[in-house]
Amino acid sequence: MTKLKFRFSRKAFAYPYMIFLLLFVVVPLVIVLINAFLGDDGKLTFANFAEFFSDKGGGLTVLGNSLIIGFVTTLICLVIGYPCAYFLAKYHASNKVLVLLFILPMWVNFLIRTLSTKAIFMALDVKLGMGTVMFGMVYNYLPYMILPLHTTLVSIDHSYIEAAEDLGADRFTVLWKTVLPLSVPGIVSGITMTFIPAISTFAISEILSSSKIFLFGDAINMHFSKTTNSFGVGSVMSLVMLFMVIIANVLVSLTEKKEEVKSSL
Amino acid sequence: MKNKLRRIFADGYLGLVLALMYLPIFLIIVFSFSGTSNFSFKNGFTLDSYASLFSDSNQAESLLSALKYTLILAVSASVISTVIGTFATIGIYYLGRKIKKITLTVNQLPMINSEVVMAVSLMVFFGAFSFIFPQGMTRLIISHVAFCTPYVVLSILPRLQKMDPNMYEAALDLGSSPLSAIFKVVIPFLTPGIVSGFAMAFTLSLDDFIITQFNKGDTGIETLSTYIYEDARVKSLEPFWFAVFSIFFVVMLTFLLLINIKKNGKKETVKQ
Repeated sequence: MTKLKFRFSRKAFAYPYMIFLLLFVVVPLVIVLINAFLGDDGKLTFANFAEFFSDKGGGLTVLGNSLIIGFVTTLICLVIGYPCAYFLAKYHASNKVLVLLFILPMWVNFLIRTLSTKAIFMALDVKLGMGTVMFGMVYNYLPYMILPLHTTLVSIDHSYIEAAEDLGADRFTVLWKTVLPLSVPGIVSGITMTFIPAISTFAISEILSSSKIFLFGDAINMHFSKTTNSFGVGSVMSLVMLFMVIIANVLVSLTEKKEEVKSSL
Repeated sequence: MKNKLRRIFADGYLGLVLALMYLPIFLIIVFSFSGTSNFSFKNGFTLDSYASLFSDSNQAESLLSALKYTLILAVSASVISTVIGTFATIGIYYLGRKIKKITLTVNQLPMINSEVVMAVSLMVFFGAFSFIFPQGMTRLIISHVAFCTPYVVLSILPRLQKMDPNMYEAALDLGSSPLSAIFKVVIPFLTPGIVSGFAMAFTLSLDDFIITQFNKGDTGIETLSTYIYEDARVKSLEPFWFAVFSIFFVVMLTFLLLINIKKNGKKETVKQ
């Protein structure tokens, strides 16, 4: 009897935080959802959805552009980052400080890093535009790609690689048929960690293109600014963003599940 | 021989990427001693940029106030989220299976969600209930706690899962009350997780831009990030900012290197 009472008291420690989460995480998202269905007059309407999906304010075009820029950024990060993570895991697995050096820039304020690159571009007389935005994005998100890749690559059981070698695979076959498939969870989570912030960020594109290039994050920001004040359409765009976040995370958890099944076999 | 070449290629590649990653930081630090903003040493070596930090210009004053708000916010948000997070984790651990899963999923939302969406949702929420949540620090602290606590929970939970449940029971058997067993047995055991959760929350809050930018309102509160955004975005980067950024880089990088090296060192001694 007394034991039951103790159990209850420990569980109760979670209740304040559960209320906090409900109040400051769930309810705000619900309010965004409601806002998406409210017109300027406060009546229920689908006009916001119609406005966004008919591309009247150019929101859909911005989304398309952001998806392309996000895709290219992620691809470049993967192409540069995978060899980094691979070499680090292969030759420097015990050198924690070196690995850390690749991750650290993540923790230095991105505005400071972006403004520094802009200053350098301006001093070199590089024209600000798509090229500089891409550079800034890759520069910012590369650590986010390397970190998950490195975590998976380091944890690959070395006996798989030895087995492949014993069975006569050459270096490229080992890399292509053993290491790469085993690192899929890292690749997927690296892609999510790069792609989602890349399409939704604001400020990076604004700073590095002198406000010429407009991404989805900038567009959401604009809809909620005091001068425009079109919360409805902004809310629809936030929902679209949230939808993409959820899809990305479902993908991540699917690949992780598969791995769990594999490793439990 | 072939292996050696491969190794040299690998190290060369790593070195190149690392050099590119740190080149902008390095250049800013070097040219913070030039007193110019066009990356030339036409004035020779000078500490003018650093001196401008201590002048009584508007900029220096605003910077100081931004620094003050940033620290107040980071300290209060990380302390609050560490306290809430610690107790929440203990509670969550003993929740029923289903409700535990739901709570942990909601707990993940702020981590996976796009920052812009989180910022917007909080802004709309505070706007709708503005009579309860006045503009200014209240809103900022709540929103920072909201995005920091999930990280605290997830850094304590693995440690709690490692704890032998008998430890708590033993404390009870030895006559301790449940509450003092939590404070004297469970929490001390969780300390490494709590400390790293706190460090995480502090760094996250310090570094945040988007959520602060949306929720600062118009009370004139600026943190370092938002002040940098307001001031340096439109104008080109002035020598003043070269000095600020350099200090920021050096302090931040040394701080992070030190905690991480210390952490790794500790792990190794434990292993031995």
